[in-house]
Amino acid sequence: MSDKKPLSSVNDFVVRFANVNGSGSASANEMFARAILRHGVPVSPRNIFPSNIQGLPTWYEVRVTEDGHLGARGGVDMMVAMNPQTWDKDVAGIEPGGYLFYDSTKPMPSTKFRDDITVIGVPLTAITNSTYTDPRQRQLFKNIIYLGALSALLDMDPKLIEQLIGEQYKGKEKLLSSNVHALHLGRDWALQNLKCPIGLRVKKSDKVGDRIFIEGNSAAALGAVYGGATVCAWYPITPSSSVAEAFTAHCKKYRHDPETGKAKYAIVQGEDELASIGIVIGASWNGARAFTATSGPGISLMTEFIGLSYFAEIPAVIMNIQRAGPSTGMPTRTQQCDIIACAYASHGDTKHVLLFPEDPAEAFEFASAAFDLAERLQTTIFLMLDLDIGMNHRLCRPLKWDDAKQYDRGKVMTAEMLEEGRDFGRYLDVDGDGIPYRTYPGTHPTKGSYFTRGTSRDRYARYSEEGSVYADNMQRLVRKFETAQDLVPRPLQANAERPTKYGVIYFGSTSPAMDEAIGLLEARGHQLDRLRIRAFPFHSSVASFLAEHDFVYVVEQNRDAQLRQLIVNENGIDPVRLVPIVHYDGSPITARFIAKAIGDHQDHLKVTPLRKAVS
Amino acid sequence: MTYIAKPKFHHPGLKKNELGYTHRDYEGKISTLCAGCGHDSITASIIEACYELSIEPHRVAKISGIGCSSKTPDYFLGNSHGFNSVHGRMPSVLTGANLANRDLIYLGVSGDGDSASIGFGQFAHSIRRGVNMTYIVENNGVYGLTKGQFSATADRGSKSKKGVTNTDNAIDLVAIALQLGATFVARSFSGDKTQLVPLIAAAIRHKGASFIDVISPCIAFNNHAGSTKSFDYVREHNDAVNRLDVLVGRDPIAVDYAPGTVQMVEQHDGSKIALRKIDADYDPHDRLGAQTFLQKHAAKGQIVTGLLYVDPDAEDLHEHLDTVETPLNALEADTLCPGSAVLDKINASLR
Repeated sequence: MSDKKPLSSVNDFVVRFANVNGSGSASANEMFARAILRHGVPVSPRNIFPSNIQGLPTWYEVRVTEDGHLGARGGVDMMVAMNPQTWDKDVAGIEPGGYLFYDSTKPMPSTKFRDDITVIGVPLTAITNSTYTDPRQRQLFKNIIYLGALSALLDMDPKLIEQLIGEQYKGKEKLLSSNVHALHLGRDWALQNLKCPIGLRVKKSDKVGDRIFIEGNSAAALGAVYGGATVCAWYPITPSSSVAEAFTAHCKKYRHDPETGKAKYAIVQGEDELASIGIVIGASWNGARAFTATSGPGISLMTEFIGLSYFAEIPAVIMNIQRAGPSTGMPTRTQQCDIIACAYASHGDTKHVLLFPEDPAEAFEFASAAFDLAERLQTTIFLMLDLDIGMNHRLCRPLKWDDAKQYDRGKVMTAEMLEEGRDFGRYLDVDGDGIPYRTYPGTHPTKGSYFTRGTSRDRYARYSEEGSVYADNMQRLVRKFETAQDLVPRPLQANAERPTKYGVIYFGSTSPAMDEAIGLLEARGHQLDRLRIRAFPFHSSVASFLAEHDFVYVVEQNRDAQLRQLIVNENGIDPVRLVPIVHYDGSPITARFIAKAIGDHQDHLKVTPLRKAVS
Repeated sequence: MTYIAKPKFHHPGLKKNELGYTHRDYEGKISTLCAGCGHDSITASIIEACYELSIEPHRVAKISGIGCSSKTPDYFLGNSHGFNSVHGRMPSVLTGANLANRDLIYLGVSGDGDSASIGFGQFAHSIRRGVNMTYIVENNGVYGLTKGQFSATADRGSKSKKGVTNTDNAIDLVAIALQLGATFVARSFSGDKTQLVPLIAAAIRHKGASFIDVISPCIAFNNHAGSTKSFDYVREHNDAVNRLDVLVGRDPIAVDYAPGTVQMVEQHDGSKIALRKIDADYDPHDRLGAQTFLQKHAAKGQIVTGLLYVDPDAEDLHEHLDTVETPLNALEADTLCPGSAVLDKINASLR
């Protein structure tokens, strides 16, 4: 049969499910991933889905990785090909020696297969149709049946899957037992008719630890709950909608007054992104912690308000779950492509604070911190997630909260302070950090009121078109941005074992792929110091890192090397020393890609002297 | 912008309201609008209404967009916080502010360009949500700050100062507000202070989305022959359906009107509106009737003014969202943050 030896691997392989969206496969596939986690083996799943509700191809990829490499790997070791539309491409994508799992109810011509892979046919439709009559049941249970068959093929413990089914259908006995039944239908068929297990196996381990499995959007929303957000205004847009939906769900659980049942939050689905950010600005101006969640096109619409937030100095938190642009771009594919758009959003001279979480745990931390930063700095804070972190379940450290922590409400002048006779100038820098005091509307009958405007004004908020007054204010805003440098999360540096002239800068969702790539590069003999940037404005350690290395690779997921542009621009350094490593086809960046791109560049740098080459 | 500082002294015998504030306490900076601008009359009416209602000036948040009308919040309630926001976006900023603190009074000031053109969507959606606010459009049918372009409320066939005839249909914000479910809808004329002051007062006391369209002639660019928003034209075509008095904590019997001509409306907060009916057939509780009445009169070229519709028992956005009585901006970590014990449970559920 196969002219290539079948792949053999324990706890280190990639399974990809090819489905039709709307077929109910998502929950079965997710259960597959969770079941492997229950074996103590880390997984990194990814949903690859169309901008569509029913009928188009969708894939779910599960990387099983005992070593804990949570980035996408690339390549497929086992394809569960349930979608005839994508059959040819799916079969072609299997690694030599890999496995093809398919529904063998209808015979397929041999030309539809490959000689170098192991083909595993299970008559899923036949099994389903002989057991169920209801079409919807047939559809849904077919997914559980293949899950059962896979459990036998991959040597998984069925008890762990049953446990998961039990948790999912707790209190719904009928659904519970019928799902368990379907699981065993598939499993038993495989055990009786196929050689089980195959070369790819799941073996119990202890590599998951106390880590949790959560989507970045849900974690960010939880961060907003913990960070004290009371107003959320949003407009549906993929891949950010689940932030607001998760915030709603979290608030329903944790934010109702136990006595009155009333809500300690307000969520408004705006008519568009303009209204959403307007509501956020209005609420923040009035002293509430407010945020919106959006994606690229929403950012474009919000830019006028972002400029107002910068200039009139009103806190705002914007969670940008980035997707591939420009324009509508690829709405369901991932990129880190709004770095420049957000860093300098709006007309005129502006600069904004960006936070770059690497995973859901940081999304939670940075989301809650964003509200402190927004109120401390009185400006917009962008939480820069992307689809890869936001919409996929990711294994990460447990979320942590310090109960002693108080919210930093920033410089707010109270009625008492005004009564004491404190000098209140809304745009007056009293202590050199560039941050003025503000008052909430309604604070005092005769003191502390001011007129907020997007036009220029003096330190006491009085309208002015004087050049010197305008420039004075603009310079203070620069001072404030310098203050921000020391308030935002610092970059994290990890040095190579041996001293090296080469460094690499990366951020956000590139993190797991980069960590894995370092290992691959070391195996090729390349030593690199690493710096993970976690925020803009850049901390001074970024400049030091650049100064300490001859060449620094900047790895990112966009075409134009936007973070590199920002580094060059803000640090005024020679661009030649910053080598762009860009990945932008909408799929998550892989360790293999990074290692190859950097490795090839490193090989070129190591020029062999001519004389040596000749002799 | 104001270059001239307004003197603070005033006559020692100046009348005081219930809270001991004088008229002067409700004033703002000196207006920089053109002399004779209708908007200044509206400013004066707002000041008068707030004085009459004995509102604490600092408990009002005045929010506007961009344009001549949107500059006016600087000219009244000098001890209130004001927010001259983004063109056409007053409604969303006001909505957010209102969500943050339900205890303040929200006064949204906008113009016809701000609300009927660039901000038409926000106007519509803030009304549909029932935000508790008084939304005043100072409607002059023209872009004043950019020197005389037609706005979307300019009537078809009306002439600009430069002699251009408007061929686009006009948007009637009152008709739209009625359709969108505003629970207090009125129209008035900046030159008719006796009608306007009580309308503003009643709108402020109303809980829910109050909308007042105030025709306010632009002295510089829309007060010529051929304009349908000039002082002369509006005076000639004004068809008032009623005039009102707002009674707060006063005995309604004290109002001396002929029997049968007064309709009393008690609002949610206990304040009463005494409606002196001019058009005996007009029923301000009939949304559908108001729409029909408006359209019939518009077809005859008449500008209907007065309180056109009121739902005294309206609900507002906070009721829809069922938010706590304490303003959201006053809640702190102790009540907002679920804490580490809850987080541990959440973590456990994610394994």
